[in-house]
Amino acid sequence: MTAQVESVPLAAEQAAPAASAPRVPRAPLWQAAPLGLVLLLFFVLPLLATAVVSFWDYTEYSLVPDITLRNYREMFEGCADVSAGGCTTLRTYLSTFRLCAEVALVTVPLGFLVAYFLAFHVRGEGVRMALFLLCTAPFLTSNVIRMVSWIPLLGREGVVNQALLALRVVQQPQDWLLFSEFSVVLAFIHLYTLFVVVPVFNSLMRIDRRLIEAARDAGASAWQTLWHVVIPLAKPGIVIGAIFVIVLVMGDFVTIGVMGGQQIASVGKVIQVQMSYLQFPAAAAQAMVLLALVLLMIAVLTKLVDIRREL
Amino acid sequence: MEDRRSFTFWLLAALFSLFLLFLYGPTLTILVLSFQGPEGGLTFPMQGASLHWYRVLWEGVGVVDIWSAFRRSVALGLVVMVLTTAIALAAGYAFRRRFPGQGALFQLSIASLIVPSIVVSLGIALEFRLLDDTVKALGEAYDIAWINEGYTTAMGLFSSGLGAHLTWTLPFGLLIMFAVFNRFPAALEEAGRDLGGSPWQVFRHVVLPLIGPSLVGVALFGFTLSWDEIARTSQAIGDRNTLPLELQGLTTTVTTPEIYALGTLTTGVSVLVIGTAFAAIALWRRVRR
Repeated sequence: MTAQVESVPLAAEQAAPAASAPRVPRAPLWQAAPLGLVLLLFFVLPLLATAVVSFWDYTEYSLVPDITLRNYREMFEGCADVSAGGCTTLRTYLSTFRLCAEVALVTVPLGFLVAYFLAFHVRGEGVRMALFLLCTAPFLTSNVIRMVSWIPLLGREGVVNQALLALRVVQQPQDWLLFSEFSVVLAFIHLYTLFVVVPVFNSLMRIDRRLIEAARDAGASAWQTLWHVVIPLAKPGIVIGAIFVIVLVMGDFVTIGVMGGQQIASVGKVIQVQMSYLQFPAAAAQAMVLLALVLLMIAVLTKLVDIRREL
Repeated sequence: MEDRRSFTFWLLAALFSLFLLFLYGPTLTILVLSFQGPEGGLTFPMQGASLHWYRVLWEGVGVVDIWSAFRRSVALGLVVMVLTTAIALAAGYAFRRRFPGQGALFQLSIASLIVPSIVVSLGIALEFRLLDDTVKALGEAYDIAWINEGYTTAMGLFSSGLGAHLTWTLPFGLLIMFAVFNRFPAALEEAGRDLGGSPWQVFRHVVLPLIGPSLVGVALFGFTLSWDEIARTSQAIGDRNTLPLELQGLTTTVTTPEIYALGTLTTGVSVLVIGTAFAAIALWRRVRR
C-alpha cells in the first residue's frame, strides 16, 4: 500500500510533466463513481423516499403528501394496554424476536463448530478448501428450492413421519413438522448457518497457531485453550455471523411465508401485506421502525467487538 | 492426550458429516423425486421412474408462463453479472488509493448488504412510484402527448429490478475485490510502471492476468445471487416476475412433482454456472503458467 502511494506522483509526472504541484488524483473518483451512483439511486434515495412517505397520509387510491404521525400512531395503537394482550405490532415484534433468538442459538454454535473443525482439525490446505467450498456452495443455489425440498421429508406422509411411524415412536403422523414454527426455524438454520461459518472460519484462520501451542505448553487443557484462547480470538467472526443471522431473520418474509404456510407473523410479512394493499405510508412507517431496531441491534453487537480492526 | 484429541476429531468429523447431509440431503431428495413416475406424488415411495414431470414442465405450468420468466431471469442475471464485475473491479481499484468520501462509500456498501431486503425493496418501489407520479404530473401540466397516452411506469426488469439486484450483488463483489487487492503483489505493478507501461498497459498486462480468476469469482456471485434473488426483487419488479418469484408463487399452488422438476432444473442452472466458473478459473491458471 505504501509503495503504491509513493509511486503515484511518478505516474502523474509521466502523464503530465507540466503539472508540478501535488494534486489529488482524479482516477479513484472516476473508478468509484459507478458504485456510488448505483448506491445513491437504488439505496440512499429509496431509504429517503421511505422516510418521507412514512409521514404522508393516504387514501384508498392515492398517496397524500403531508406531515402526519398517523402511520406511526396507528402502528402502536393499544400497545400500552397490556391487559388486552398488547397490540398486534408488539406481538409481531415479539414473535420475530423469538424466531431470531431460536435461530441464532442454533446457527452460532453449529457454525462455530463447523468452522472450528475446518480450521483446526482438517489437515492439508487442499482438503480444507474443498470442504469449505462444499459448505458454501449451497449459498449460490435457490433458497426457495431449498425450502421446497423439505416438503418430501417433513410432510404428513414424508420421510420423517414414515420413519417415526415405522419405529412406533408415534401412533399418528405429526403435523407440527411442516408449515409450523419448527419448519421455519429449521429452514433458517438450513439457509443461514453458512453466514456464521464463513466469518468465523476467516477469524479462526488468522489465529497464530503458536498461541495454541503456547497455551498447551503452559498446561492448558483442550477445553481451556478453546475457551480462553480460541473463542476470544474468534469473537469478531462470531459477532459478524450473529449480525448476519439476526438481520436476515428480522427482515424475512419469504422463508416465514413458504415454510410457515403463510400462518406465522413477522415484521417483514406485515410490510409485504401492507404493500399488497397499497398502504404505502403505513408500510413505510413499519420499515422505518424495523430499520431503526436493526441498526440499534447492530450497534449493540458491534460494541462487543471492534470490527474495524478486523477488516 | 493423543487419544483425547483424536476422539474430539472424530466427534467433530461426525458433526461435520451430518451438517453436510443436512445441507445437501433435501436437495438430493427432490432430485430423486423429480423422476417420479406419472402416478407418483410429492413424497416417497417412487411410483416407477420417468421423465414425465419434466415433460409436463416443458409444456408449461398452468397459467404461469414459466419459460418467459426463465428467459427474463437469465437475461437479468447476465446483465447483473457484467455490471457487478465491472463496477466492483473499478471500485476495488479506486479503494487502493485515498479519495474523498472513501469511508462513506465503504460504509454505504456494507449498509446496503445488511439493511433488511424488504426495506430496500419497499424503498425502491416508493421511489419509482414517486417518479411515476412526477412524470405523469409533468405530462398533464405541459400537455405532453406520449406521457398522457402511453406512460404507465418506469418500474421494470432492467430499471428497478436491476437496481434492486445490484444493491445485493455489489457489496459482495466489493468485499471480494478487497480480499484480492489486500493480497496483491504491488511490486509487480510498480515494475510494470517503471518499465514505462501506461496505467492502461499496466492494468491490461500485469493486473488483469493476476486477478482474472477472482474476477470470475465476482461474476459467479453476480449471476447466481441475481438468479435466486427474491426478497429485494419482490416489490420492485413491476408486473413481470422473475423465475424465483414465480417459483415462490408455485409453492402454494402446485401439488405435483412438477415443482421438483422445476426446482432441480433451477438448481441445475446454478450448478452449471458454478462448474463453468471453476473450469474457467482452472483454465486461466493453466494458460498463465
